[in-house]
Amino acid sequence: MPIRTVYKAQIDHLQILDEDGKLDEKLARDTLTDEQVLFAYEFMVLCRTYDEVAFKLQRSGRMGTYPQNKGQEAAAIGSGLAAVKGRDFLVPCYRENAALFLHGLPMEKILLHWMGDERGNQIPEGVLMTPLSIPIGTQMLHATGIAWAYKMRKEDRCVITYFGDGATSEGDFHEAMNFATVFNVPCVFFCQNNQWAISVPRESQMASETVAQKGLAYGAHCIQVDGNDLFAVYKATREAIDRARGGGGVTLIEAITYRLADHTTADDARRYRDEEEVASWRGKDPLIRLRKYLERKGLWDDARQAAHEEKCKAQVAEIVKNAEGIEKPSTDDIFDYTFGTELPAELQRQKATLRTTSLGQDPSQAGLGSDHSRAS
Amino acid sequence: MSTLTDAATAHILPEGTREITFREALREAMTLEMRKDPRIFLMGEEVAQYNGAYKVSQGMLDEFGEKRIIDAPISENGFAGLAVGAAMYGLRPIIEFMSWSFSLVAADQILNNVPKMLYMSGGQWGCPVVFRGNNGAGGQLGSTHSWTVEALYANVPGLKIGIPSCPADAKGLLTTGIRDDDPYFNLESERMLSDKGPVPEGDYAIPFGQAALRRGTWSGERNSDVTLVSFGRPVNFCLDAADELAKDGVACDVLDMRTIRPLDIDSIIESVKRTNRVVVVDQCWPFASVASEVITQVCERAFDYLDHQPLRVNTDDVPTPYAKNLEAEYLPHKGKIIRAVRSTLGLS
Repeated sequence: MPIRTVYKAQIDHLQILDEDGKLDEKLARDTLTDEQVLFAYEFMVLCRTYDEVAFKLQRSGRMGTYPQNKGQEAAAIGSGLAAVKGRDFLVPCYRENAALFLHGLPMEKILLHWMGDERGNQIPEGVLMTPLSIPIGTQMLHATGIAWAYKMRKEDRCVITYFGDGATSEGDFHEAMNFATVFNVPCVFFCQNNQWAISVPRESQMASETVAQKGLAYGAHCIQVDGNDLFAVYKATREAIDRARGGGGVTLIEAITYRLADHTTADDARRYRDEEEVASWRGKDPLIRLRKYLERKGLWDDARQAAHEEKCKAQVAEIVKNAEGIEKPSTDDIFDYTFGTELPAELQRQKATLRTTSLGQDPSQAGLGSDHSRAS
Repeated sequence: MSTLTDAATAHILPEGTREITFREALREAMTLEMRKDPRIFLMGEEVAQYNGAYKVSQGMLDEFGEKRIIDAPISENGFAGLAVGAAMYGLRPIIEFMSWSFSLVAADQILNNVPKMLYMSGGQWGCPVVFRGNNGAGGQLGSTHSWTVEALYANVPGLKIGIPSCPADAKGLLTTGIRDDDPYFNLESERMLSDKGPVPEGDYAIPFGQAALRRGTWSGERNSDVTLVSFGRPVNFCLDAADELAKDGVACDVLDMRTIRPLDIDSIIESVKRTNRVVVVDQCWPFASVASEVITQVCERAFDYLDHQPLRVNTDDVPTPYAKNLEAEYLPHKGKIIRAVRSTLGLS
């Protein structure tokens, strides 16, 4: 028998809460309690409000640029709830704000970041995450390294890293998957497949039918989930994290979702996306289906919605006030974070000659006075 | 601030040296630090089972085991990025590039992530990774395997870069780099790995940003005629040139920079103010090189002291040739250095 099959594979798609808010009770067993779902929904509304306010801040010139998260909240919150705050580590890109907030990142930090302030990237002690990563894909390798460190130190923790469909075309994704699986580190790869890499649709980015199957080549556990379904995202991520922590292997989760807004405020998606397509995804909005579900269970109604929206508006207004109220950084900061150790002499000189016309010029030559006096 | 006085004594080794090779010196630096600090691990291609492509890590797998001496897949960007994450979470990775030529595929991690992590996080996330490996023409390896990366990488703020010229410095600089809380690039030369020299036993660390005056009449009696500034393997070409020039009565200060980031420009300036002439010898291409930078700073800070325009001896401004005789001529060799020195003195 000269030909035999040496490898067979399939990719499963998991959906628990459908677009109409109907729950598959069997699959939903042991996932989220009513209390958790209610919390998740309220948090989604808060994050959506935040997102819309951030967009307006940019449009009114109060923020440099901003990538809206709109439409992808279930993916961020479902996975964020599955990871244990203070124990598991988040390595984000930039479209999963809600997961970061859930794990303790003060909400003004993300605004500060996009307003152009390094202090937005300072993560408070005990909050386990890296700052937003803007180069596409590089953070997945950092996640692998952090997971490697956990393994080296025999710590029972897990790392979850976020990226988009576009990032799976980067070498970093493949190198990170390969390292993570071959070294069997506790890492979960969470892809938010929102269908578009800026203006390039998924089918023009890759010939593979799914993103999930890309992980098969590396021996990872792979699953595709409805990314707008809080329950499916939670369940898949929870299983992946439990497996990773126990040394049972790496998982690639492909969460099918949709970027309801532009790529960033510098983009206008109307120029390349059909309104029909966008409209169809609006119907799959994770907030709509979760609200339907809660209303059907008698846990939510219009009055609660209205009251909660008011509460969110006030809360976000306070966050904006905090972000905008921060004092400008000192100009010393230009130099002070370049090295963790003492500033090298050449930088000390540059710092001292900040106002001369040439970096190497003696401060004394520029009339500033200094220790660097000319030898006679 | 470093001074030429410090530089004049920097090459004096402490008591208790013995002759070992450059590669043994590198290995000793890593081994001694790894014995003391369990956070350190060595990762790279062929570093474990094969004992290193150039045998720098020979025996280290036996001593430290496979958890700390790790063979990586051929994936430079991969293990460079992994090191960033590991360092962010408190480990101290040493990453061996078989050749710095291969580091180019890891450029985003080592240039765009490593040196900026601390800055972009407002001082929060340091990146204490050591990257090390062979740099420069290795002896007929062809253009793509003969990179000298110092000019390119030295342009990036946030990095510390050392280029040892002798076994003692190989140990001393690498030790300091491993202990340092900032990212450190150790640029080694394949052509020097078997060179022997006296190396101190036990703890030996060289401060960054301190040049060593390898030759010089610096004693207060008479100033040298020319300042030769170099780093890495070409320091040895400068020493050969200085010895030959001495026969004709020409005295050279030979300043070995040892680290180009930080750069001990003060010692250079002080020497130039005494000799009034400077030649910079650099194994990189000339355009926007470390030599250009040194000369710029000399002009900014000691212009009035110069009796001749500063000169530089770089490799030729072409890809590294493959043929043996062409590669030899392409490098900043002794003959070129002697010509440049004589030219600054108006000698034919």
